[in-house]
Amino acid sequence: MTTPMKDYQSRISDPNSRKLGTFSYLPPMDAEQVRKQINYIVGRGWTPAIEHTEPPHASGHYWYMWKLPMFGETDVDRVIAEIEECRAANPAHHIRLIGYDNIAQTQGTSMVVHRAPITV
Amino acid sequence: MRKSYQAGVREYRETYWDPHYTPKDSDILAVFKVIPQPGVPREEAAAAVCAESSTATWTTVWTDLLTDLDYYKGRAYAIEDVPGDDEAFYAFVAYPMGLFEEGSIVNVFTSLVGNVFGFKAVRALRLEDVRFPLWFVTTCDGPPHGIQVERDKLDKYGRPLLGCTIKPKLGLSAKNYGRAVYECLRGGLDFTKDDENVNSQPFMRWRDRFEFCQEAIEKAEKETGERKGHYLNVTAPNMEEIYRRAEFAKEIGTPIIMSDYLTIGWAAHSSLSRWCRANGMLLHVHRAMHGVIDRNPRHGINFRVLAKLLRLLGGDHLHSGTVVGKLEGDRAATLGWVDLMRERYVKEDRSRGLFFDQPWGHMAPVMPVASGGIHVWHMPALLSIFGDDAVFQFGGGTLGHPWGNAAGAAANRIALEACVRARNEGRDVEREGKDILTTAAQSSPELKMAMETWREIKFEFDVVDKLDAPHR
Repeated sequence: MTTPMKDYQSRISDPNSRKLGTFSYLPPMDAEQVRKQINYIVGRGWTPAIEHTEPPHASGHYWYMWKLPMFGETDVDRVIAEIEECRAANPAHHIRLIGYDNIAQTQGTSMVVHRAPITV
Repeated sequence: MRKSYQAGVREYRETYWDPHYTPKDSDILAVFKVIPQPGVPREEAAAAVCAESSTATWTTVWTDLLTDLDYYKGRAYAIEDVPGDDEAFYAFVAYPMGLFEEGSIVNVFTSLVGNVFGFKAVRALRLEDVRFPLWFVTTCDGPPHGIQVERDKLDKYGRPLLGCTIKPKLGLSAKNYGRAVYECLRGGLDFTKDDENVNSQPFMRWRDRFEFCQEAIEKAEKETGERKGHYLNVTAPNMEEIYRRAEFAKEIGTPIIMSDYLTIGWAAHSSLSRWCRANGMLLHVHRAMHGVIDRNPRHGINFRVLAKLLRLLGGDHLHSGTVVGKLEGDRAATLGWVDLMRERYVKEDRSRGLFFDQPWGHMAPVMPVASGGIHVWHMPALLSIFGDDAVFQFGGGTLGHPWGNAAGAAANRIALEACVRARNEGRDVEREGKDILTTAAQSSPELKMAMETWREIKFEFDVVDKLDAPHR
């Protein structure tokens, strides 16, 4: 039996077709999965940071910083609390979590942790 | 003490073999694998290689006495057995800094692998490694941008990048070619790529290709919201034409171009790399012809040397082998030259074929590119071998998907992200690879289909150019 061919669903007219970098091709992470990624970031010695943006402006390099990067923070719960606070204050925004690597002088990682609901 | 002039032929080892010499930090060091002609003692063969690659000719000349030969001569300072090869030995040679033009890879290699490789006293000769002293490194331009700048420009972090070489490599019209590019990019790849021999043939002239590919990039960017690129190959018959194509690529706003650094020549490549830095253009580097130079374990130049010299010449990406795909590549040796491309300081490590400590100062790193015969099932191994700072290129592994390029691209992107996420969670992706991919495929019919399509394909021929190891 051959599997029937499938159309690839992606449209300029559909804002849900916009991707948001690393992990945006996977199903959204649940709380436990986000916790593990934060654990990875602090475990690497990177600085967690939170950014958010209105969906139409997501493709720019600069999103809004949510406060300053959390220098020296190793407590996963505190990072989660900040994500929640950012989300409550900006319910219509995308939110991403960054791990700043000051030795490589770039972001060690960056991943979307909350995708704003979009209705077409 | 003054010397008197004596005409005639002397043994090389009288002048060029010096086992008591301690190499200086400023010396360029080289290690050759030498197979001498029968009857030529090792010391004499090593000294001959040293002499012919530095100051000497076959006979004494009176003008030798007008120079400070003791300073300018190279010195063969050590000899070692080659594990597993009774005929060959390693000869270590030190060259003083004054022998070379600053910043000139061309000059260094015209000496090190020049006339000496045709020299009758040796049957075969292979340059295994070169230590470039820090002074020389700092006189070279290095990569136009490097990994960090590339990530910042493209806004892609925490994962390897994904590419695909458009196939069939020759014969598509520009518009159909652009279609294949667009489908790959909209499906989730970061890059697509011209093949090494895609230049400006009658079936697809370069300018048409550039324009159609750029339209494909722009539409995919609009659609996905992510930054995209296509390595536009500017390799051309002459430097004027290379610049013309590069200028046009810049004019239409494309982010990355490519060159075949061995076939266009190192001086030409170096000029192009400088142009790329001056014009904010990323530079992808293909290594076509390397197999001619590096594959024979007894003659030629080891790829680790070609990788080192490319970092010095300049390039943001360099093909480095996959270990797991269809092309040649020993795992430990590959890890060795991947370190040489990316790290700031690389320690001598014979288990990876690294004969010398190599300092890089603050020279930017080069992103290794794993390309050739790889598909979704290789993803876990590729991630554990290369880590995040690499480009994985799936040609057939994208275009060969039963539902087309976009589905193939999505399958690769999902497989990659699933492996990265699992690695970050602390899982052993190589051992648990099957489980990780199978779980990811539950929410992706594209990945499920890819896994069914390529399930059985493996490339398990033995490697020809292996690291030297004792007979077992």
